[in-house]
Amino acid sequence: MGVDIRVENLNAWYGPVHTLHDVSLHIPANHATALIGPSGCGKSTFVRCLNRMHETSPGARADGTVLMGDIDIYKDATPVEIRRRVGMVFQRPNPFPTMSIYDNVASGLKLNGFRKKRVLDEVVERSLKQAALWDEVKDDLKKKSGASISGGQQQRLCIARALAVDPEVLLMDEPASALDPVSTAKIEDLIFKLKSQYTIVIVTHNMQQAARVAENTGFFLMGKLVEFAPTTKIFTNPSDKRTEDYITGRFG
Amino acid sequence: MIRIKFQQSLDELKERLLVMAGLVEQAIQRATEAYTSRDESLCELVKMSEPAINRMEREIDQLALDLLAMEQPMAVDLRFILSVIRINVDLERMGDQAVNIAGRVLDLGKQANVDLPVDIPRLALLSAAMVRKALQAFIEGDAEMAQSVLMLDDQVDDMNRDAFRALGDLIKDKPELAPQALNALIISRNLERVGDHATNIAEDVIFWVRGRDVRHHSLPDDGD
Ligand SMILES: Nc1ncnc2c1ncn2[C@@H]1O[C@H](COP(=O)(O)OP(=O)(O)OP(=O)(O)O)[C@@H](O)[C@H]1O
Ligand SMILES: [Mg+2]
Repeated sequence: MGVDIRVENLNAWYGPVHTLHDVSLHIPANHATALIGPSGCGKSTFVRCLNRMHETSPGARADGTVLMGDIDIYKDATPVEIRRRVGMVFQRPNPFPTMSIYDNVASGLKLNGFRKKRVLDEVVERSLKQAALWDEVKDDLKKKSGASISGGQQQRLCIARALAVDPEVLLMDEPASALDPVSTAKIEDLIFKLKSQYTIVIVTHNMQQAARVAENTGFFLMGKLVEFAPTTKIFTNPSDKRTEDYITGRFG
Repeated sequence: MIRIKFQQSLDELKERLLVMAGLVEQAIQRATEAYTSRDESLCELVKMSEPAINRMEREIDQLALDLLAMEQPMAVDLRFILSVIRINVDLERMGDQAVNIAGRVLDLGKQANVDLPVDIPRLALLSAAMVRKALQAFIEGDAEMAQSVLMLDDQVDDMNRDAFRALGDLIKDKPELAPQALNALIISRNLERVGDHATNIAEDVIFWVRGRDVRHHSLPDDGD
């Protein structure tokens, strides 16, 4: 099941550059939350703070509170523990190219010490089914490599890989921006199905996509969260002029 | 300014709606003038304007639909286009009311001219003022002005109700005047409908500007 995420006064830096400023918001469990905003506004930095990936960039640090359920991820857990609970999917599908489809999905479990074939088989099948990829690859699980399937399939493979470790939170940073409309629709359907079981945070530049998949949307601008509200409110009647200028395309 | 083409299309949509509104206002004005002057040629002009109004309605609808499909408008733009689509319908219906009035006036022309206990010109003036104000509010994007239209509607409703009562009594007392009274009654009702459409337009302007739906509330919200 998903967990609530409560972010309080989150700040992030790359070296001396202050990139996120006092971001506070509540991301509800078992819903999809979209993050929008112009390039460079800090969306990726923000989601990378939610699984403690931000701090892996050289010179980068973060400060503030991120509660996942009752765990303060910066105080009560190690980055490795957090990344088991928080799956992440990136803009460009990044399967392990030489590994088979099967091994791609099983990689996280193996890393966590699972070896039993029966368990692995089960998880791989369940995850691929969840990611709506099973039917397309079930006959080639160990024959085909992660790189030998289409881009849209690779992205669903990455989602399956993220789901295999049974996370509570799924972070998706522009998961469909490199995909064609049909693959995009599949990813969106997937988000729609998955959000009853996970807390989903999706960064997207596609307003219609945010509108289609997310109950809530946050608008970032220059490292600040300008507005956070139900998606319908953001897209029909935002409170902040800057949000309106951005979503109507009159920015700048 | 970016999205220049989109902005131009929005301006064009607004302009076309205003051209159509001009035709409709003229039709209403001619129909009520015809009532006073019993000028049948004015009635014919009103009837002739209907196809043009209908054609404009379809064109505006198409343009709005194209913009929704092609530009994916958001927020204030989305609300604007939705308002235009609704106002478009109201304008077309107002045109129909003008045609109805013209029809009644033509019928009245075949009947003896008698004094009727109803001040149609005043009712016409009031509903025309509502239309003007609603359109002005649309032109200027002025929610407060739109709000003032909503107040006028009660007056128009009251006048129509009075007319109904007075003409009903007349029909009872002097059944021989029933044909004229019925025509006047229908005209009064048509003008009251014009006021209703003006009210709808005003509500759409408020929705567009403030992002709030004020339809179907007996009392208008106070402003932000
Ligand atoms: N590894 C890094 N080192 C230094 N600065 C970085 C690094 N990554 C991002 N930044 C800077 O931090 C700011 C926020 O970047 P971020 O990637 O979070 O933006 P974004 O909203 O995800 O943009 P986009 O929509 O283009 O993906 C930008 O000014 C960017 O240049
Ligand atoms: Mg990014």
